[in-house]
Amino acid sequence: MTTEPTVGLLTVPWRWSRRHLFQSPGSSVLTLLAAWLLWKVLPSAVNWALVKAVWSGDPAACRASGGACWAFVTEKYRLILFGIYPYDEQWRPLTAIVVFVVMMLASAHPSCWRRWLIWMWAGGLVLVGILMWGGVPGLPYVSNDRWGGLPLTLILSATGIVLSFPLALLLALGRRSRLPAVRAASVAYIELWRGVPLVSVLFMASIMFPLFLPEGITVDKLLRAQAGIILFTAAYLAENVRGGLQAIARGQFEAADALGLSYWQKTRLIILPQALRLVIPPLVGQFITTFKDTSLVVIIGLYDLLSSTKMALSDPQWRAFYIEGYVVAALIYTVFTAAMSYYSQYLERRLDRDRRRS
Amino acid sequence: MGAARPSAASGRPAHHWWNDERARGYLYQVLLLLLVVAVGWFLVGNTLTNLNSRHIATGFGFLDREASFGISEHVIDYAPTDSYSRALLVGLLNTLEVSVVGIILSTLLGIVTGIARLSANWIVARVAAVYVEIVRDVPLLLQLFFWYQLITESLPVPRQAINVLDLVFVSNRGLKIPSPVWDGHWFVVTGAFLLAAAVSVALGRWAARRQERTGRYFPVLRVSLAMLCGLPLLAFLAGGGSLAFDVPVLAGFNFRGGYTLTPEFAALLVGLVFYTGGFIGEIVRSGILAVPHGQTEAARSLGLSRAMTLRLVVLPQSLRVVIPPLTSQYLNLTKNSTLAVAIGFPDLVSVANTAINQTGQAVEGVVIIMAIYLVISLALSLFMNWYNQRVALKGGAP
Repeated sequence: MTTEPTVGLLTVPWRWSRRHLFQSPGSSVLTLLAAWLLWKVLPSAVNWALVKAVWSGDPAACRASGGACWAFVTEKYRLILFGIYPYDEQWRPLTAIVVFVVMMLASAHPSCWRRWLIWMWAGGLVLVGILMWGGVPGLPYVSNDRWGGLPLTLILSATGIVLSFPLALLLALGRRSRLPAVRAASVAYIELWRGVPLVSVLFMASIMFPLFLPEGITVDKLLRAQAGIILFTAAYLAENVRGGLQAIARGQFEAADALGLSYWQKTRLIILPQALRLVIPPLVGQFITTFKDTSLVVIIGLYDLLSSTKMALSDPQWRAFYIEGYVVAALIYTVFTAAMSYYSQYLERRLDRDRRRS
Repeated sequence: MGAARPSAASGRPAHHWWNDERARGYLYQVLLLLLVVAVGWFLVGNTLTNLNSRHIATGFGFLDREASFGISEHVIDYAPTDSYSRALLVGLLNTLEVSVVGIILSTLLGIVTGIARLSANWIVARVAAVYVEIVRDVPLLLQLFFWYQLITESLPVPRQAINVLDLVFVSNRGLKIPSPVWDGHWFVVTGAFLLAAAVSVALGRWAARRQERTGRYFPVLRVSLAMLCGLPLLAFLAGGGSLAFDVPVLAGFNFRGGYTLTPEFAALLVGLVFYTGGFIGEIVRSGILAVPHGQTEAARSLGLSRAMTLRLVVLPQSLRVVIPPLTSQYLNLTKNSTLAVAIGFPDLVSVANTAINQTGQAVEGVVIIMAIYLVISLALSLFMNWYNQRVALKGGAP
């Protein structure tokens, strides 16, 4: 008969902490240090953010309490979310946000990776355009220099990604082409755009594009910035796609050739479906980067989410509450980026599983 | 598929040249070249017409003209009466300064973060994971705005500056630290340090060769460290044990003397380091995970010490995984330093932008920016590729 070790109430946490917190003297010191830091920081942070926080009221009430001034957000959330879009028409950008979120969710599940996705995005972008610009019966026209906030961030990043994708495919195929001129042109394009910072691309879009166009034709700032983002993103996406192309076994190319398929048939039916599937996680990573990078349009004076937050903070009454403003903007960004990054991890696990099964 | 054969011999329908893959290849390439040339022609033509109609002279002649704008931070001497080329050089040096310091600090932070993420200590691993998640999810520009505002609004004014031993002062005008006064003693001490560094490198080479030949081991690291600390110390003591410093003192509303780390520079540096450190942490983590634990066990069972296991077995293998993504992070940091323009740090892009606004030489300005960044990117890639080849598998590579 063996004697069972007695299992007390504290045995499990005790063993767990011996294994995970105090396994060596060095580790114990680190644990105590971290615990002390958290003890110092967490209570006062919670106190600031929740306990002493002011949820509505004026700046004076905020200053009196000493806690977080969420009243700033309740006061200014329309400005932060929609920028200077006409106040009474703000249901339109709100609908545009919903359209984007629905399209992103629909694109997320592998069972929806069909041809109709392309048409959905094309239709969705047109719908967003109609909603935002208006000019049709029932929707008064709103010039795009009044667009702002979250819808602008979503438009710039989603349109940037969707429209840069075909260009990226061509560039990636071009870089792997057997024709030297095609290869050279693709390499030059990709390396040139990847070598320069996005800020300078946006500067170029804002001050040089007007010079490139024939006299009399003007394109407004938003479209120029959008064009810059598309051309820039295409170079990075192309490198991701190339990674997928390189991972396709030679036998696949040879088998397609043996079937007598032409280059484009081979690429469309055999190579790309496999290559793109392989690079979905890095593509999602690139989408996240593009989404965050659209915040740089602040520099050329467009009012995306970050700049509308700054605009809300420029009100002298509320200036002191910049931490609250930035925290809220950061949370909105995080909702999108964290969703995309968890999605990419899920996909990676799924792809891994598929590969192991085969 | 092959080349088209003459069809005269058989009764098959004639082969047209467009059925020949190679001929089609030439055709596509010629068409592509024509397209590129046509687009280039169109853009250049339009640009020249537009510049003409706006009476803007093309060319880089403006670089010699007087810049007549001030730059708040300069590594080399600069005054508004200097030329535009000098102003751009000042901007470039600022960019390089923040990039080099940023790369060093973010690498250190990244290594610590990567190791902490894998720590067996639960709380340390959690803290590191939360840090990585936050900096990677929030746009860098937002982080920069946050740091900049935090520094300028929550730090005290110079009169109430946080005072560390009357030597270092932290205020909303930046960080003030004593700066060395370059006299003879300083040169001797610096010379001693450089000498120690040179001797260390030579010693390392010699020790490696000797070990290869005879198998005898020489503790290079410890001796080098002793020399690097000892020689300057000896020089310092020999010089009478005194070095001249310019200590910042409060004069009126601001400090005078000493070296200044401005709020703009500090915000940019802190933002870049925290942001890039998170990414490098993940790279380091994957590099460590890439070396199977069996390698460590094997090295230990051969009798190598822990330090030697790390240096001779684990590090060389994980560096191979780490270097390529690390290169692109370094490039990203350098390119991200252009966000300086948003918080008013005079980096290259910011100075060039001012120059463009004053002169209207948009094309030249953007060309200069792009050319310089291309050169920096290429130089950094070449260096990292060279380093990558040094650590790559030698012989028998797949």
